Amino acid sequence: MFILDHLWIILALPLLGAALNGLLGWRWPKWAVNAVGIGSVSLSFLSVAELIREFLALNPAQIPYFERYFNWISAGSFRVDFALEVDQLSIVMLFVVTFVSLLVHVYSIGYMAQEGGYARFFSYLNLFVFFMLTLVLAANLVLLFVGWEGVGLSSYLLIGFWFLKKSATDAGKKAFITTRIGDFGFTVGILLAFWTFQSVDFGTIFNQLAARPAEGATSIGALTAMALLLFAGAVGKSAQLPLYVWLPDAMEGPTPVSALIHAATMVTAGVYMVARMHPLYSRAPLAMFVVALVGAVTAFYSATIGVLQTDIKKVLAYSTVSQLGYMFLACGVGAYAAGIFHLMTHAFFKGLLFLAAGSVIHSLSGEQDMRKMGGLRKRIPITYWTMLLATIAIAGIPGFSGFFSKDKILAAAGDGPYRNLWFWLLGLVAAGITSFYMFRLIFLTFFGKARYNEKKVHVHESPKSMAVPLIVLAACSVGGGWFAAPHIVGGTDYFEAFLDPVFASYPVEPLASGQASLPVGGNESAGTALDPQAELLHAVTGPPVIAAIIGLLLAWWFYIRRPEAAKRAMEAMRGLYTLVYNKYYVDEIYAALIVRPLLWISTSVLWHVVDEKLIDGTVNGVADAARHAGARLRELQSGNARSYASWVVLGAVGFTILLLGLWMVR
Amino acid sequence: MSLPFILFFVCAGLAILGAVLLIVSREPIHSALSLILVMVALAILYLTLGAEFIAAVQVIVYAGAIMVLFVFVIMLLNAGVEERTNWSQMAKYAGLPLAVVLLLEIAQWFWRSPTSARAVNGTPEAHPTHALSVLLFRQYVFPFEATSILILIAILGALVLAKRQE
Amino acid sequence: MNLVPVSYYLVLSAILFGLGVIAFIFKRNIIAIFMSIELMLNAVNLAFVAFARQWNELDGLVFVLFVIVVAAAEVAVGLAIVITIAHNRRSLNVEDVNLLKF
Repeated sequence: MFILDHLWIILALPLLGAALNGLLGWRWPKWAVNAVGIGSVSLSFLSVAELIREFLALNPAQIPYFERYFNWISAGSFRVDFALEVDQLSIVMLFVVTFVSLLVHVYSIGYMAQEGGYARFFSYLNLFVFFMLTLVLAANLVLLFVGWEGVGLSSYLLIGFWFLKKSATDAGKKAFITTRIGDFGFTVGILLAFWTFQSVDFGTIFNQLAARPAEGATSIGALTAMALLLFAGAVGKSAQLPLYVWLPDAMEGPTPVSALIHAATMVTAGVYMVARMHPLYSRAPLAMFVVALVGAVTAFYSATIGVLQTDIKKVLAYSTVSQLGYMFLACGVGAYAAGIFHLMTHAFFKGLLFLAAGSVIHSLSGEQDMRKMGGLRKRIPITYWTMLLATIAIAGIPGFSGFFSKDKILAAAGDGPYRNLWFWLLGLVAAGITSFYMFRLIFLTFFGKARYNEKKVHVHESPKSMAVPLIVLAACSVGGGWFAAPHIVGGTDYFEAFLDPVFASYPVEPLASGQASLPVGGNESAGTALDPQAELLHAVTGPPVIAAIIGLLLAWWFYIRRPEAAKRAMEAMRGLYTLVYNKYYVDEIYAALIVRPLLWISTSVLWHVVDEKLIDGTVNGVADAARHAGARLRELQSGNARSYASWVVLGAVGFTILLLGLWMVR
Repeated sequence: MSLPFILFFVCAGLAILGAVLLIVSREPIHSALSLILVMVALAILYLTLGAEFIAAVQVIVYAGAIMVLFVFVIMLLNAGVEERTNWSQMAKYAGLPLAVVLLLEIAQWFWRSPTSARAVNGTPEAHPTHALSVLLFRQYVFPFEATSILILIAILGALVLAKRQE
Repeated sequence: MNLVPVSYYLVLSAILFGLGVIAFIFKRNIIAIFMSIELMLNAVNLAFVAFARQWNELDGLVFVLFVIVVAAAEVAVGLAIVITIAHNRRSLNVEDVNLLKF
């Protein structure tokens, strides 16, 4: 059980790669940097593959497989160890992280070939992988938080990779600061967890939780507070309402970064955390409701913004926010396995979408505005076909991976133990809108007449290093759903079964919900036993699929068939159009309500008054006082012998009084 | 009022008069002469205290040599009327009170000091000078010799310091 | 045979010493200041002699002897310095000897 007993190897490899490329890579030729960067991640991936093999050979009693390396913090009763643990959930996350990371690293060889700071890029990417793996493998909340913060740091470094560009550094700062707000809640949550359970280890916490009942749906007890605080961190890190504003700006970073960090892995850390803490959330129904609410609303809200964006990467960014909302919706209605499944499929097709978008941008020598694209279908076929497959997947067309995951989520929202009609409705409408704006993207970019200057721009297909990852991810987007295929097509839902030991542990009685169940999808409803044929029909023609096809048709209508209809629709709804086009002015509102007052306080109050007057004043005042005292005392040294003589006499008088006093007292 | 008392008060008066004249005189030569008066008065007082040798030494060495040196230097430097500069604030305002306080303190301390019975009534030495010299050359011979070296050094020092730079 | 109490001599000594201090503070001529030092030494000598009489010991007188000798040496060297200062500063006012001021 080599890897299982030496889990640290998985972490150490990318860290080593980061250190080597970071400290020495700037002097090396490109092939050496590639070897270190790609080599470390691929070795990590191979270690994960080996780990999976060993893991499958374990017997269930040994899971979660726990490894404690050393004691990190020991302060009174607060004890944090550097401890790693592996269970089925960790396996899934490890696979996703290392697999997609490897593909992105390979892609970066082609994409970043002409860029300066080549070694620095790979160093930061490896660093990110290290922290993400730490987050996933952590066996206690504090170590998870270390990974959490570390990926935030790597994200900041990579968003601001072109640090001489002000918009890039601003975006990096915005990302870091916005997630900080969430991280504050997360930290308080960890403290609350320690206070309640006297430990931050998952095992200890879950064991103590097992003895606790669920809290009431309307009260906020310690468990609910903890769950909400931890979720606050997830809201920041996974870009949900109201802390999503950093993610669209994060598109300033290189496209591989957007693909890896802001689509596939870092932003999913929040989802992983909620899934990992599922015993806590199951016992805090109010928190679960909040999670689902935030997820559903964000999914819908962000999808509406994506409809009118013109930058190809920003569309994908808002799409990511929206899809993350789906994952939280899943967790909020108790379908953790569905949420994680969507996480995995999303990593595949969103990662692919970003990499393909990068390929488009690369082929147009840097153009990102879709209004200046068009007709690229024949020119860059590989990019076109892979992107089309990913779009079909994300839209939820049956047969592709996105269909299976999205369907499971909506089914749980509509018919699971925590079902809620409004959430289901929001998710459904959002699915339709998703389909619409994704196909809009395809049509604007690849169809129609070329709207760029064909003489100036020489369109070329991407090199093999970029094309191969695209193809691999496309294959996963198409076929990746099948091993979670539900019963109707004769497949066992391997995925759910695999994760079942994790999510079925520490069970708690779900509260009875008063909502009527809706006939959706049919996969999850325990009672209704339709025959397989009817179920298949249900699955194929269920509301999500219908919504997806409506979205596709609308996009085709507006952008292929009747482009002038789009203009007329815009004229008709001018006000709404402006509102959505400007992203509901959220950035401006935040700037006015939060940023400017804060800057004013920092400058006028803290800087001028406190720092300059108080602190500098005190310090300088002390120095001035010393100087003045010295100046006065200096005058004693007059050089005048008579003055000195008088002082001597004064001393003599004092001395005599003293002696006299002593003598008289005696 | 017997003779000893009268003698004491006269000499004491002369000594104090001399001291006051020293302070008050504007010319240093007058101060020097006043100091000589003080020393002579003190010499008489030493006699009344039974220290004849000391009285002689006082007159010969102190008044006769040291004060003569003073007078020579005053004449050499042509010291004239003293200017009345007033640059020391401390001396001007605090000097007199402090000095008077010091004086009074020491005075009242001495007044209270215990007197022993044998002091007033004790029999004096028959040959005090002889006894003094015995003490000097037996017990205090080392300081005596050291003092002679001190005088030698003083002579050398005075020579070197007062030499006119060529 | 001496009926005057010793304490009278001591008080006289104190008065002379005080006058010497006053002279030291108030005179501006360097030589006059020197003389005030001599006055103070004389006052102390008187005290020593008085105490020698009081305790009927001769050690006080030996002390007086040494005081006189050392005073002589001190005056010799001191006046040599005074002459040097007088040549350098062209003045016998002690307040002109103020080079050690801040």
